[in-house]
Amino acid sequence: MGLKLEEIRSLIKKALPDAEIKIEDLAGDENHYSATIKSKAFSGKSIIEQHKIVYKALGNKMGNELHALALNTKEL
Amino acid sequence: MDENLKIKINKYLEDNEVCLFMKGTPEVPQCGFSMAISNVLKHLNVNFKGINVLEDNEIREGIKQFSDWPTIPQLYIKKEFVGGCDIIKEMFEKGDLQKKLKEKNISFKTN
Repeated sequence: MGLKLEEIRSLIKKALPDAEIKIEDLAGDENHYSATIKSKAFSGKSIIEQHKIVYKALGNKMGNELHALALNTKEL
Repeated sequence: MDENLKIKINKYLEDNEVCLFMKGTPEVPQCGFSMAISNVLKHLNVNFKGINVLEDNEIREGIKQFSDWPTIPQLYIKKEFVGGCDIIKEMFEKGDLQKKLKEKNISFKTN
């Protein structure tokens, strides 16, 4: 269980190369993170679609290895 | 996804205008994220149905495929998937959740 912060960052970066990413390990347990992500890919998309883009980037890890990732997405 | 499971989920959404798929119950939530949405809805005096996915593993996995959303809780208003914990909290703080409820003709406390 658990996913390294840098691994999350690199998965997001791979899917959204232009993204500005800020990730925090909230509990220090590699399982509860919060991420603020800015990308042009979010423009014109609903917040649900924006979060889905991030979840897709993380493959099937969200809800499995990764228990909690609070998301805050913004258009760049 | 399995047709019967789809029918089962749709039945919940048809029978209840506001549906929260959650871990635990509104009275005794088993996860902080589920509790957060449940508390927002209680605060707004919204009449909602809590569906405890911990009691039904089929629903627990099925709802994720249904909405193409990997986490629980999930809130539905009049059959529309509105969001998980982050989105609902943000919408509530900005007043967008209240707007959505109004749009969908769901009664809630406005003060």
